[in-house]
Amino acid sequence: MPDIPTYNAQIALAENPAHDTSSVQMVGLIVFALGLLGVVVALFSDLGAQQPILMLVLLAVGVVGGPLLYIWDSYRSTGAGIHNNGVMFSSNQARGLIGWVAGIVLTGGYILLYWFPTTLEGLVRVVDPLAYTLRGTAADRWFLYGTIYTIAVLVMGVRAIVKYRHSRYQIIRTCSVMFFQLGFAFLIPQLLLLFNQPEFYFSYFWPLKYDYLWPGNISYIIESGAGLGVFMVFWGAMMTSIATPILTYFFGKRWYCSWVCGCGGLAETAGDPYRHLSDKSLGSWKIERWLVHSVLLFVIVTTALLWINSATEGGVFGGSSQMFSQWYGFGIGLVFSGVVGVGFYPVMGSRVWCRFGCPMAAVLGFQQRFFSRFRITTNGGQCISCGNCSTYCEMGIDVRWYAQRGQNIIRSSCVGCGICSAVCPRGVLNLENGPREGRFGTPHLNLIADLEVLEDPA
Amino acid sequence: MHLAIIGNGITGVTCARLVRKRDPDARITIVSDESDHFYSRTALMYIYMGHMTEAHTKPYADGFWEENRIDLVRDRVERIDTASKQLHLQSGKTMGYDALLIASGSTSTFFGWPGQDLGGVQGLYGLPDLAEMERWTSDVEQAVVVGGGLIGVEMAEMLRARGIHVTFLVREPTYMSYLIPAEEGRMIERQITGHGIDLRMETELKEILPDDSGRARAVVTSDGEEIPTRFVGLTTGVNPSIGFVEGSGIETSRGVLIDRYFRTNVPDVYAAGDCAEFREPLPDRKPIEQLWYTGREHGATLAYTLTGEPREYRPSVFYNSAKYFDIEYQTYGRIDPELPVGEQTLYWEHPDGNRSIRLQYSAEGEKAVVGANLMGVRHRHAVWADWISQKQGIEYVLSNLSAANFDPEFSDQGEPAVIAVYNAANGTSIQPRARKGWKRWMAKLPMRGNLEERRLVDSFAHL
Ligand SMILES: Cc1cc2nc3c(=O)[nH]c(=O)nc-3n(C[C@H](O)[C@H](O)[C@H](O)COP(=O)(O)OP(=O)(O)OC[C@H]3O[C@@H](n4cnc5c(N)ncnc54)[C@H](O)[C@@H]3O)c2cc1C
Ligand code: SF4
Ligand code: SF4
Repeated sequence: MPDIPTYNAQIALAENPAHDTSSVQMVGLIVFALGLLGVVVALFSDLGAQQPILMLVLLAVGVVGGPLLYIWDSYRSTGAGIHNNGVMFSSNQARGLIGWVAGIVLTGGYILLYWFPTTLEGLVRVVDPLAYTLRGTAADRWFLYGTIYTIAVLVMGVRAIVKYRHSRYQIIRTCSVMFFQLGFAFLIPQLLLLFNQPEFYFSYFWPLKYDYLWPGNISYIIESGAGLGVFMVFWGAMMTSIATPILTYFFGKRWYCSWVCGCGGLAETAGDPYRHLSDKSLGSWKIERWLVHSVLLFVIVTTALLWINSATEGGVFGGSSQMFSQWYGFGIGLVFSGVVGVGFYPVMGSRVWCRFGCPMAAVLGFQQRFFSRFRITTNGGQCISCGNCSTYCEMGIDVRWYAQRGQNIIRSSCVGCGICSAVCPRGVLNLENGPREGRFGTPHLNLIADLEVLEDPA
Repeated sequence: MHLAIIGNGITGVTCARLVRKRDPDARITIVSDESDHFYSRTALMYIYMGHMTEAHTKPYADGFWEENRIDLVRDRVERIDTASKQLHLQSGKTMGYDALLIASGSTSTFFGWPGQDLGGVQGLYGLPDLAEMERWTSDVEQAVVVGGGLIGVEMAEMLRARGIHVTFLVREPTYMSYLIPAEEGRMIERQITGHGIDLRMETELKEILPDDSGRARAVVTSDGEEIPTRFVGLTTGVNPSIGFVEGSGIETSRGVLIDRYFRTNVPDVYAAGDCAEFREPLPDRKPIEQLWYTGREHGATLAYTLTGEPREYRPSVFYNSAKYFDIEYQTYGRIDPELPVGEQTLYWEHPDGNRSIRLQYSAEGEKAVVGANLMGVRHRHAVWADWISQKQGIEYVLSNLSAANFDPEFSDQGEPAVIAVYNAANGTSIQPRARKGWKRWMAKLPMRGNLEERRLVDSFAHL
């Protein structure tokens, strides 16, 4: 990760030469800080249990209102367009002091959530009123987590919309991830609980939700959901086997990764300020391919073994299949996607999990690379090799390498966020679905062929 | 063969890479004084503005050069001895060559203003200028930029990005009126003033006044007004950087004089890119073209000549692009600021004043299109290169105009409105072709399979 300077690491936000904090922004920051203070107070007291509604309102004003005020004032004065001014000088965005602190706090939050849930008790009580309203029971730590996650997507989604308001593609896409997070990944699963149905996420499928095709889980859903449960299982299987390949054929993996998925949704909204921190080196590309395909293989093997185990009534694992699946859920589901995936946003960029770990991304990527009409078209010879596209690609794709040769970009890892196209100052890149014939384009600058770059196998 | 290249800019590097590809045995050395590695000069502004670091602007990983056995020497060529084929370097070393490419680029041009050498007064061409700018602007609140070209508007944007007030002195009556028609020029002016810049059209610099420490204190304009400022950006153009060529017997005028094969008057010495001047300019083209794209095409064409397949420079249909604050600009073919006799122009501007499409076409015969200007609209390079080289008529172009659109999905397309403007003026009833046209054009784009027939590809293929 060599690209980001650290000379500014000690400079506070206010000293950023391209960033003068206005008084309105100051107010926003103070309100946000008070909100965070409220969170700490709630954590260490039983105020949440005593005055849940009051605390909920106060905290919401702080952690939602403060950032919104800050965002509104930040983008009010700049015209619609790309203004990544000062990103590389920002202590928060360029791995400075604030960035590291943010990374540690986020990671710490995940550690508490997974391993020391009792420490969060005070805060869990604050969201009780919301939990009773939505699902009729008291909140637990996962409800708290879902609430925070959804708020992050919504608040930072507003920021993404304002920031990229010159592009309708970005506005619509951001609204889509906000919609799917709020509706499909938060409200509907809670409402299902209210009606005594199994908690089910209609926007997650195997292999990302690895257990949706596991025999134990299927029988649980069917048993507890009856007719609806059968539909849920059918939905999951249908999405994985039929809808996914078809949609990916027509639109590329973006239909899921940057329009629907909750992990992608968080990356595109809360993670957007950190998107440029992804490593662009060839070495990381190699690691990415090994890692992401290993995880996929692991999910496939695990799923297959579990089915064999269930068909042979315990022939493979005996009764210990539970342990095996728990082990996967812990290692990949919790540690990788949560602690590393989100906790490391300010250090490694916003798509660490999507890029290195997500089995769904691996499957979709494979389809995108070989069976899809999607490509990023390069506009003839217009590239000036400036590097904005590569810098702001959250997946660490060296977009410029293709663009400056006049070659289209077809990479399995591309999530189709469209930011490379948005930041390009010369209108070189466009996300398109089109005939598969000639999809790769011909490099008109067919100079030194791929000496330094690996062929993309998947 | 030992090929020595002076200058690691886009010209020299493109040539080096293609020579390496075509001749695995050639020895290639690039001597350059500004930076260890090739970087994108066009991205200079983004470093200052904090969009990218210097490292981000390097198009190739540092290991690339060694892997491809392209030797890099950080030094300055002081003198060329063409008789003994030796370069004399600043470090005192000498370097022999079998073939020499001069690709030394440009330097900023100043016009002998009183005070132009004061502290806080500078141009913008390379990394040293950026360091200077960092230093001189660290404590200023008010800056003056002189000279309304592309670099001028970039410098104004850079300063604005750091919250510095900018007064911008521009000689022309409308922005870049020597290159761009007035409507587009005014759109650029609206962008400039809309970003809080005090734009003074038809105003020139008279002199820069010093303070006691030898730093700029104020500028005096041609109107006699004195504007206090401690930073003055002079962006009044660039000139070939060829001082070191003097006395070598290589003929120069403004630039190093070359023929269509990039040959100078001295055998085995070639020049290309910003620093080169064609003895006989190509039709519709300037003898010196200080453009990234031109440098790239020069370097690539020359690589063929250097590897035993002499190739005349036959550039593709002209194209260029820029960005004026938030408005992207693309141009294809020829657009004249003043319409020549026998040609017509079709101009559409979005009511918001931030987008426009202009087509220039012949008034006679098939009414062939000769060029397009696009502001705030992206169009397909390949489609336009096709239309212009095939001399397609305006009505054909209009009915297929959507096929050229390259805006992101869901964008509100202006092309139907362009057709409406034409229909209203000419009493025609041209209908836009359905979106299907896009597919048709995709099939014709320079892709595998249909390479040979494509004129565009022909002109790119050697690159
Ligand atoms: C701020 C800015 C923005 C621009 N934006 C655009 C744009 O948007 N589109 C566009 O088409 N063009 C643009 N240009 C112009 C474009 O960058 C140049 O046309 C292009 O870089 C020229 O490439 P070159 O390789 O010929 O020379 P250069 O890039 O100038 O490279 C020559 C190198 O040789 C070195 N050198 C010179 N003399 C010696 C010597 N004696 N010994 C050793 N080394 C030497 C120089 O230091 C320099 O590094 C822009 C230029 C600037 C300054
Ligand atoms: S290549 Fe472009 S669209 Fe794809 S992930 Fe990177 S920035 Fe997003
Ligand atoms: S942002 Fe655009 S011009 Fe810059 S390197 Fe990428 S494709 Fe080329």
